[in-house]
Amino acid sequence: MLAEFLQYLFTGITIGATYALIALGFTLIYNASHVINFAQGEFLMIGGMATVSLTAMGVPMIVAVVLAVILAGILGIALQRFAIAPAKQADVVTLIIITIGASIFIRGIAQVVWGKEYHVMQNFSTDQPIQVFGAVLNSQSLWVLGIGAILVVGLVLFFTKTLIGKAILATSMNKEAARLVGIRTQMVLMLAFMVSALLGSVAGIVVAPITFTSYDIGIILGLKGFVAAAIGGLGSGVGAVVGGLSLGIVEAMAAGYISSDYKDAVAFSMILLVLFFMPRGLFGAKVVERV
Amino acid sequence: MLNTFMQSRLRGLVILALILIILPAFLGNPFHYELVTQMAIIAATVVGLNLLVGFAGQISLGHAGFFGLGAYFTGIATGTYGWSSVPALVVGAVVVGFIAWIVGRPILRLKGHYLSMATLAVGFIIAIILNNERALTGGPDGMPVPAFEVFGWELSAFGSYSLLGIEIEGFQAWYIFASVVLLVAVWFALNLIESPIGRALRSVHGSEVAASVVGVNTAKYKSLVFVISAIYASLMGSLYAHFQGFITPAVASFEFSILFITMVVLGGMGSTFGVILGAVVLKLLPQVLADFQELEHVMFGLILMLTMIFMPKGLLPTLTAFVSKKMRKKAGGEA
Repeated sequence: MLAEFLQYLFTGITIGATYALIALGFTLIYNASHVINFAQGEFLMIGGMATVSLTAMGVPMIVAVVLAVILAGILGIALQRFAIAPAKQADVVTLIIITIGASIFIRGIAQVVWGKEYHVMQNFSTDQPIQVFGAVLNSQSLWVLGIGAILVVGLVLFFTKTLIGKAILATSMNKEAARLVGIRTQMVLMLAFMVSALLGSVAGIVVAPITFTSYDIGIILGLKGFVAAAIGGLGSGVGAVVGGLSLGIVEAMAAGYISSDYKDAVAFSMILLVLFFMPRGLFGAKVVERV
Repeated sequence: MLNTFMQSRLRGLVILALILIILPAFLGNPFHYELVTQMAIIAATVVGLNLLVGFAGQISLGHAGFFGLGAYFTGIATGTYGWSSVPALVVGAVVVGFIAWIVGRPILRLKGHYLSMATLAVGFIIAIILNNERALTGGPDGMPVPAFEVFGWELSAFGSYSLLGIEIEGFQAWYIFASVVLLVAVWFALNLIESPIGRALRSVHGSEVAASVVGVNTAKYKSLVFVISAIYASLMGSLYAHFQGFITPAVASFEFSILFITMVVLGGMGSTFGVILGAVVLKLLPQVLADFQELEHVMFGLILMLTMIFMPKGLLPTLTAFVSKKMRKKAGGEA
């Protein structure tokens, strides 16, 4: 009984941490530019796939990870600079379609470069699972949680202690005012996309040994991250983390106790339920509409 | 008199009808007919979706869910239970309209990205149910659907028929049928837009607060247009199922929903004929890009991005603006 429950809990927290990182990526870009980036999942895919193929070429793991993250970062900057920035006056829906176009484009390239097969990544450390009260904990789960926690703490420090972090916050609050006090808002927006891509790619890399990776893994992971961000309330960092973890746990419990066929439906039913009662998610800011 | 006629909203409809009449001269083989028939059915679907997105300003990223429900209602009712096509189509549309009304009420209170999230979720849940209820739907493998049938008379893409004494093939008959359906769908949409309901919808798009201040029951109208667009999708889904003869849960998939909304945005939100152009372009593009083989998706994504970046208002509105600017320049030069 307890073993079973713990098993689902471990699975849920691990995948939930990944959702939380993706949701944080959404939150960052949403805060800086009010764009929902449907290409967010592709950063995960790039992270995982690039690491796998670089290590296969004999590059040491740590170097491969760094290169993959840098690649995703460049991609994030390019996405903002060449796809989002030129479409300044566009409608919300138009921006959604642009990011969807970008995700199809990136996925297409990945398919050409890496093919359609699933790729397996080695665990970072031992393959030996850890036993906790009869439940099995994959050592990779600890990596996911540890790195996830480090990233969250790092982000908090970045936004509260560094000038660049504060510039991003200022831009998200009021772009015109930020520009007036001398913040180069275009640079800040590119930076927000870059940080978001870095988060996504790291999430993609740490979770790859558990889920495997392929060129199209970004679609569903990206959508789950969007669900997590919306559960927490778009724009809220705390919301993204809480949304991600709770989504992961509820999903794992439902798959274990109810039906694994309907595992993916859980996320979407959950978001509908949350939005019915809290139209702005759990931690979404109250917005007063000015007319 | 001809002038006032050409100014009226029937002008576009007549042009569309003429195109549909002339088009067969350029269609060489059954495959062309199949493609154009699919285009007409899907164009009619996005004409309905455009009422919601383009006129009422509400986003739906899950419309394939309603299309898929219509397709499967028809598939199950006619295939498994032996219903006739028309009752299946009508009852299916009523059921789907009712479902849309039930889910639409709470969903349409949401705004912006929360609304996209909620509609996406509804579409996803429908697709997952169709995938998993194997006993009813055949699961991921799909299910066969009988030919369209009225009073024992069958319309099959493989049959041969005689129309006003002219012998035509089944695929040609389907083309004519789908063309008429598209014209009716457009005619209904144009009338709705010009009706008091249409004016109310546009006021919701302009400013929901202002609309409600002047006494427009915004919740009622949003929910009404959501139901109408879902019924469009359901009816077209039913026809699509009959035409294809086989359906899989892909008809309700997220990819299909994205395709629908992309057709609306690419063609030109709020332009009934623009979204038809969007449907034509996005159905043709994969055919053209097939030559690029493995680069197909790269090219598709690139074209999508570039078009939206440089023509954010969509193809048709951008083209008409360009043409009328040219004409004004020319007129100004002569004066």
